Amino acid sequence: MSELTESSPELRWRAGRRVGERVIAGLLFLCGLVSVLTTVGIVVVLLTESAGFFREVPLVDFLTGTQWSPLYTDQQFGILPLLNGTLLIAVGAMLIALPVGLTSAIYLSEYASPRVRGVVKPLLEILAGIPTVVYGYFALLFITPLLRAVFPSAGVYNAASGAIVVGIMIIPMVASLSEDALSAVPRALREAAYGLGATKFEVSTRVAVPAALSGIVASFILAISRAVGETMAVTLAAGATPRMTLSFLESVQTMTAYIVQVSLGETPHGSLEYKTIFAVGLVLFLITLVMNVISNRITTRFREVYE
Amino acid sequence: MNGSGSTDNGHATADDGRFTPRLARRRRIGQIFEAACLASIAFSLVMLVTLLADVAVDAAAWLSADFLTSFPSRIPGRAGIKPAILGTVWIMILVAALSFPLGVGAAIYLEEYAPRGRLTKLIQTNIANLAGVPSIVYGILGLAIFVRFFGLGRSLLAGAATLALLVLPVVIIAAQEAIRAVPSSLREAAYGVGATRWQVIRHHVLPVAMPGILTGMILSLSRAIGETAPVIMIGALAFVAFTPTSPMDLFTVLPIQIFNWTARPQAEFHGLAAAAIVVLLVLLLMMNATAILLRNRYQSKRGQ
Repeated sequence: MSELTESSPELRWRAGRRVGERVIAGLLFLCGLVSVLTTVGIVVVLLTESAGFFREVPLVDFLTGTQWSPLYTDQQFGILPLLNGTLLIAVGAMLIALPVGLTSAIYLSEYASPRVRGVVKPLLEILAGIPTVVYGYFALLFITPLLRAVFPSAGVYNAASGAIVVGIMIIPMVASLSEDALSAVPRALREAAYGLGATKFEVSTRVAVPAALSGIVASFILAISRAVGETMAVTLAAGATPRMTLSFLESVQTMTAYIVQVSLGETPHGSLEYKTIFAVGLVLFLITLVMNVISNRITTRFREVYE
Repeated sequence: MNGSGSTDNGHATADDGRFTPRLARRRRIGQIFEAACLASIAFSLVMLVTLLADVAVDAAAWLSADFLTSFPSRIPGRAGIKPAILGTVWIMILVAALSFPLGVGAAIYLEEYAPRGRLTKLIQTNIANLAGVPSIVYGILGLAIFVRFFGLGRSLLAGAATLALLVLPVVIIAAQEAIRAVPSSLREAAYGVGATRWQVIRHHVLPVAMPGILTGMILSLSRAIGETAPVIMIGALAFVAFTPTSPMDLFTVLPIQIFNWTARPQAEFHGLAAAAIVVLLVLLLMMNATAILLRNRYQSKRGQ
């Protein structure tokens, strides 16, 4: 700081400081831009690579075909069997995760003492933090044998096993996001209902849940999106048989499992079979993106109501 | 509560004969509902315990010091996870090195510099949406950009760059929350004595926000080392008979090894997979415990 006595170094110092500030601001802006570039990268990669695919396979055939066999000599490129498998797993998972997740959220928000909440919430976080490949192990080597003991017709690979573990995997997400929504409901609403003589059950289900409904719905949509994008558990448990079926006991293939199958194989780079992963990836990306955008919209509106 | 309505109100009088509170019945329904909710919680916890117990029982016979220090083998009795452990550690370090500066930089920009405008809103919405993109889509991106376009091949660096992009939204959001929690009086005091914006951030905001940022960072890393699908996409190998020594080396990680062994039909390999799962879960547990300790220390300090 001795330069302060002389005017010119002081000015230079200040100017240097200002330039440095600008450089730093610029660098930080670039960091912020990386996330935008990531999105641009995903969209550009998926579009350009699948453009090559759609030059050879008409879009209509791709979207309406009921046979998917790009890796066989009789190549068929109808994505519906993969969509069928994906939705079957997602629906099955939601049948478990929605009721269990929502009632867990109601218990944590309306019934549990702070002590119970303090124990249960970290345990649910552990459940959420277990890697998906571990769920795959659990599905294939624990759930599936159990299922086959009960339903002898179930295959070694079956949709039910995958759906059950994906359901278990997303319970914490539904529970935690729904609980956030329930906790954001003002206490005054509940007290008004109590004042009218409502029981705790009535306050929970007819006041708190309806008031938090948008947040709960947002958590459901996010959970479905997560189930659609889930990969390892379904790859291990549900198998690799693209099929139009509504049976949970048969082997199916999801979009994600197909992408893994191709990248594990010896498919030559640049071939039509190889390009299918980008076309399937594009469909997967669009489905999850639409659901995430809807969920975010609902959450934003919901926040506006109570702030 | 037991009365059948008051008589000083016209409506109540009209309903007088019909309204029966049936409180006992309503309370019983409430009790059944509470029990059902409790059962839901119990279901999740039972599943957690079952999963951990199942893995632990399967792993018991296979966990040994040799398992940790051997290379994978076609003979189950000789197989180990040395390359997978080293690969996972490499990935952890590289992902941290890439995502920490980018994530914290983006968070500082968004919280301290960004003007309130459309571009900022776009970046923020974009980050929220990126957090929901399936991990396998990041794998496709990594395959096309890092493995092929930048020519990094199936290297540790390509894998780490892919996983860094994957966890970046989480790092940014956690860092933003930590920075936002820094009281503005601190900034104003620093500005008051003539500090520049960067000096305020560097010397006052970041040190206070750092525990929160680090907590988010550790949790992101624990997600990164548990990911399988993106690493399969960029082409990590299941059998690596050497230890990686540079970021450009081929590699494997624990989840890939677990996947490979689980997918095999022989029960011996399932035991190996379970043993590798135990190692991975212990690693994750240690990281999460560190994050929780950091969070608790941070909270007690702020309370003083």
